[in-house]
Amino acid sequence: MDLTRLEINRRTALLTSAAIAANVINPMRAFAQETPRKGGVFNVHYGAEQRQLNPSIQASTGVYIISGKIQESLVDLDADGKPVGVLAESWESSPDGKTITFKLRKGLTWHDGKPFTSADVEFTAMNMWKKVLNYGSTLQLFLTAVDTPDPQTAVFRYERPMPLSLLLRALPDLGYISAKHIYENGDVRQNPANLAPVGTGPFKFVKYERGQYIIADRNPDYWRPNAPYLDRIVWKVITDRSAAAAQLEAGELQYCPFSSLTISDMARLSKDKRFIVTTKGNEGNARTNTIEFNFRRKELSDVRVRRAIAHAINVPFFIDNFLGDFAKLGTGPIPSTSTDFYPGAGTPQYPYDKAKAAALLDEAGYKAGPGGTRFSLRLLPAPWGEDISLWSTFIQQSLSDVGITVEIVRNDGGGFLKQVYDDHAFDLATGWHQYRNDPAVSTTVWYRSGQPKGAPWTNQWGWEDKQVDTTIDNALTELDPAKRKALYAEFVKEVNTELPVWMPIEQIFVTVITAKARNHSNTPRWGSSSWHDLWLSA
Amino acid sequence: MRILTLAGRRLAASIPTLFLILIGVFLLLQFAPGDTVDAMMAQMGGGDAATARELRKFYGLDLSIPMQLANYLWRLVRLDLGFSSIYGKPVATVIMERLPPTILLMTASLSFAFFFGLVFGVIAARAVNKWPDTLISTLGLIFYATPSFWFGLMAIVVFSIYLQWLPAGGLEDIGQVQTGVWRMIDIARHLILPTLTLGLIFLAIYLRIMRASMLEVLNLDYVRTARAKGLDETRVVTGHVLRNALLPMVTLIGLQAGTMLGGSVVVESVFSLPGLGRLAYESVIQRDLNTLLGIVFVSALLVITVNFVVDLLYARLDPRISAEG
Repeated sequence: MDLTRLEINRRTALLTSAAIAANVINPMRAFAQETPRKGGVFNVHYGAEQRQLNPSIQASTGVYIISGKIQESLVDLDADGKPVGVLAESWESSPDGKTITFKLRKGLTWHDGKPFTSADVEFTAMNMWKKVLNYGSTLQLFLTAVDTPDPQTAVFRYERPMPLSLLLRALPDLGYISAKHIYENGDVRQNPANLAPVGTGPFKFVKYERGQYIIADRNPDYWRPNAPYLDRIVWKVITDRSAAAAQLEAGELQYCPFSSLTISDMARLSKDKRFIVTTKGNEGNARTNTIEFNFRRKELSDVRVRRAIAHAINVPFFIDNFLGDFAKLGTGPIPSTSTDFYPGAGTPQYPYDKAKAAALLDEAGYKAGPGGTRFSLRLLPAPWGEDISLWSTFIQQSLSDVGITVEIVRNDGGGFLKQVYDDHAFDLATGWHQYRNDPAVSTTVWYRSGQPKGAPWTNQWGWEDKQVDTTIDNALTELDPAKRKALYAEFVKEVNTELPVWMPIEQIFVTVITAKARNHSNTPRWGSSSWHDLWLSA
Repeated sequence: MRILTLAGRRLAASIPTLFLILIGVFLLLQFAPGDTVDAMMAQMGGGDAATARELRKFYGLDLSIPMQLANYLWRLVRLDLGFSSIYGKPVATVIMERLPPTILLMTASLSFAFFFGLVFGVIAARAVNKWPDTLISTLGLIFYATPSFWFGLMAIVVFSIYLQWLPAGGLEDIGQVQTGVWRMIDIARHLILPTLTLGLIFLAIYLRIMRASMLEVLNLDYVRTARAKGLDETRVVTGHVLRNALLPMVTLIGLQAGTMLGGSVVVESVFSLPGLGRLAYESVIQRDLNTLLGIVFVSALLVITVNFVVDLLYARLDPRISAEG
């Protein structure tokens, strides 16, 4: 049913943002007549400082936005979202999927002049990805060793089959390499290089003034010919969103990544010719808004109640009126931006239907009591993103229409994670599910049973489904890409039927960037990528 | 100097208070759900259980709460503020880095507020219930009632975006390396808007206090005497009234020194200044206990020092205080 509505939404969104889209759909074509200009300083808004900057230790956009320019990964994604070699030149998997061999690029040096070799890959994989890196430790759980027969070859050995397509889609984020000679002594987490990263990338770290700025300058010895173009990148720490918008307008910033401004400022700036506001270049960082159900509440353990809640909320209305062009109707845990795994909208969906919601609740035995109230629930919204705050209020109002009273309990970040994923002190929770190019990276953990208590963004609902578990496990080790896609379609169908978590809105981060920037937003994870080809026109 | 012994006694009495405050803050933060690892996970946008377990061990959170508290106090006795989990540096270093901008901003805005509060307070009191008084009091009320983030943002819109006279944020220009006097001028330019934003709010308080205390003193007998002996109005105000009317202002400065080190989260955020207010806020959000306790400790020390100085100032302004004890 929702297909038609979705299409219309998409089309209107495209039309209204046609002016923006014209500039970004194909940046190369639009500016083909210009010759790249060397030089210039690129000032980037940095909203939330991280504790450290090494992407081999911490997987988050707050790290990639900086160190993705300084350190490099084995592979990245190209304009079409396909894996393309960076530090690795080529790769192949053995037929049983237990051995994956990477051939590394020759003649590369670290910023301190030492050569880059397979020993660095071996050290990073075994000591950082496998032990410390968030999501890396799950991905590389069955990695037993990395052999280094010569300085240009790294052979990954797995205990169980590792689908090459999964590894290649995970590595752009989870495949950054650190230098062995810098990290080999002592605890990798306490190494001073974590705040002064050394890499092979197009920019060299210069200075980090905590709470103020980070500076990196162009690496004259970078391995790609003629790159990079920029002289310097400055990341400015600005915690106030409105202040960041003001600095952008005053010309003190050129780029506000990952929806770092308020929704109203982004909508306002999208009409300003000096800036480009687009979701392009962020497809690799898709996220969905959630409603997470706690099955420990008797009412919510009944699938009819969960479906009734979904039917009671008018999602298209919410998107049109609150999120605008920056969001669209979601169809499940795998977003439509995932060309390799999106199963389509043919899985069970829950369109807005108040009468049906009331009927389902009646059927489940929760008749409206005096004053029309059936029961009440506590909703915990995550504190990141104003969309979550708006969405939680919308849930509250929608559910009160069908006789469910909702109390909203707000927490800060640490408090939210503790209460939902460790103490299970919630009835409903809402936040973001981040999709990282392959469902096995950070999506299936939301549904697979047996997650340790306290692990954030995992199945802590008190819900277990043997069928879903089996589908997830089979897909994880399936080597045939077509069969994997089919298994994940099956998985989406199953979880949309049972609905332990509902993911009705898809969002892609919004980029706000100066109209003078060229070669920007040209890969699905551009904000995290190395910016070796980015330049500023005069 | 009796006043010195008195102040000294107060100094000694504040040490147990200091420890009670620190223990209180420590326990209070234990009640907040989540610890620094949860906060870090929230910031990273994801992580698995193994990572979390490793991190808890790394930050020493696997110990019991009394053990953590005992460890902390024992370190404090040896004047060691511990290690900041967000910054990966000793807390003392982190605070020392943030102290100069905070003190600069706070001294500038407090001096601005004190000076103009005094001047306008005197003008308002001398023209009580006439138009200058009404104008000054109304403006003061407006400044006081305006939220500082709005004030700051509007100042940026006007002076940075439209007029382009002043920078929109930051402590100094990082585009070019400056030294000596040029660097000082650059920093001063960056501090004009935040100082005004913060100062205008303080200004309203000083203005009201100064006006009230001027009015009170103006009605005292000795002022009538001064007028009777033929002094002109200006001499009466500067020579006789002002000094006595200043006492409540000095009290206020002493009280506000506490808020001074706390900095202003709002103004620091709007103008992207690396101050202590933002540091404290971040430490709470990130559950970085060591840093937060460190800030509390340093603030408490500063409040004690300032109050000591204020005691001495009282004695200077009003010799009776020193004589009577």
